[in-house]
Amino acid sequence: MYDFDYHKPSSVADAVKLLSADPDARAISGGQTLLPALKHRLNRPTYLVDLSGIAELRGVKREGDKITVGAMTRHIEVQNSPEVKSAIPALAYMATVIGDIQVRNRGTMGGSVANNDPAADYPSAVLGLGATVVTDKRRIAADDYFQGMFTTALEPGELLVAIEFPIPEKAGYAKMRNPASRYVMAGVFVAKTKDGVRVVVNGAGPGVFRQTDMEQALSANWSPDAVAGIKQASEGLNSDIHGSAEYRAHLVSVMAKRAVTDAG
Amino acid sequence: MPDHPTGSDTLPLSLTVNGEARQLRVAPWTTLLDLLREDLGLIGTKKGCDHGQCGSCTVLLDGKRANACLVLAVVKEGSNVTTIEGLAGPGGALHPMQAAFVEHDAFQCGYCTPGQICSAVALVEEGRARTPDEIREHMSGNICRCGAYPNIVAAIEQVLAENAR
Ligand SMILES: Cc1cc2nc3c(=O)[nH]c(=O)nc-3n(C[C@H](O)[C@H](O)[C@H](O)COP(=O)(O)OP(=O)(O)OC[C@H]3O[C@@H](n4cnc5c(N)ncnc54)[C@H](O)[C@@H]3O)c2cc1C
Ligand code: FES
Ligand code: FES
Repeated sequence: MYDFDYHKPSSVADAVKLLSADPDARAISGGQTLLPALKHRLNRPTYLVDLSGIAELRGVKREGDKITVGAMTRHIEVQNSPEVKSAIPALAYMATVIGDIQVRNRGTMGGSVANNDPAADYPSAVLGLGATVVTDKRRIAADDYFQGMFTTALEPGELLVAIEFPIPEKAGYAKMRNPASRYVMAGVFVAKTKDGVRVVVNGAGPGVFRQTDMEQALSANWSPDAVAGIKQASEGLNSDIHGSAEYRAHLVSVMAKRAVTDAG
Repeated sequence: MPDHPTGSDTLPLSLTVNGEARQLRVAPWTTLLDLLREDLGLIGTKKGCDHGQCGSCTVLLDGKRANACLVLAVVKEGSNVTTIEGLAGPGGALHPMQAAFVEHDAFQCGYCTPGQICSAVALVEEGRARTPDEIREHMSGNICRCGAYPNIVAAIEQVLAENAR
């Protein structure tokens, strides 16, 4: 790692002040992605702004028909949250299949959604539930937030504060894990909400995307059979040592079926 | 706006390590793993990958398992850290998990073992894993290059069974 300075603010306002004062400052939440990147010397921050001392960024709340998860909420807390488990069990389940327990004890939802790794899990729930990303300055609809590999609508210095998930009628997630790294090879999140059906694919392409053929099929007939026959095109999907684009395309149909079964 | 740090700046840090209160000074970029190994001489905690992938650096941070290679020491001001060196009881009596690993020959080269044992101690504490399949899932963050997995699972099963009695 290169050398850097360190600040630990105790409010969102102070964190934002620090982050906007210097374009080379970086936020650190769980550090599970940032520290490996710094060890590779992929970037050289002047200072890190540690978000772990900011109480307002933590915890899960249920208000009316939505669940709000603070940016610093760790994966293990999402997995164990009684509010998430009862209102959106698919989201609690998703947390249980992120990495391993050591990673889940440190990694945070805000870090994952800010980073938008194509192999991350949470982005598919955020888009699949039509969630709202709340920052220190604005509210961003999930449809506008994800902009491709490691790219989001967040501006430099903008802090992700919380994510608001509307509670769906039904939702399910299925993920084919890489057996060694446990990152997703292809995952599908399905949700039936009052605004309609959403089907989102993660891990297979350079970013999360909606599978509209499957959305239409499930709107007409919510059952695993409805998606089983729908083929995902392999053009533009990821191809690497873990699997070809064709294999990932095939997995999308299999995972979609499992996700609908899981949603019930 | 601060200039780029020169590398000479250190920050104060208080930690309790294996029951002992420590007042330290660390550079901000020091990981907990490097602090333990390089500054405190606690070399039981191993560095395998240094990227959160192997679990050989697993320690207990306020009772929860974490990869020490992916934690900046300064972030954990005021925390309680337990390493493999801190598990044994008074007079050096082995922790039940250590004893079970010895009994079941749950290692070959031993490099992953301190991390496996710290992780297994946390697994028992968490109380979520019971069956061998659940044990494997909940130990998935700890890789054993020698493949002692069946013996590791057997050792953990034994401790869970002893605790259930
Ligand atoms: C071995 C291993 C396995 C993993 N497996 C999986 C997996 O299966 N699925 C999965 O989804 N993830 C996986 N991860 C990634 C893990 O979930 C990370 O925790 C997560 O992607 C990043 O969260 P973090 O809190 O650690 O963020 P950090 O590493 O602290 O930060 C990540 C990035 O986001 C920025 N940032 C952090 N918080 C904010 C904020 N509030 N506002 C604005 N910017 C912010 C940081 O500046 C940085 O650029 C794995 C990681 C490891 C090490
Ligand atoms: S050395 Fe920390 S996980 Fe491998
Ligand atoms: S005993 Fe050699 S790596 Fe596990």
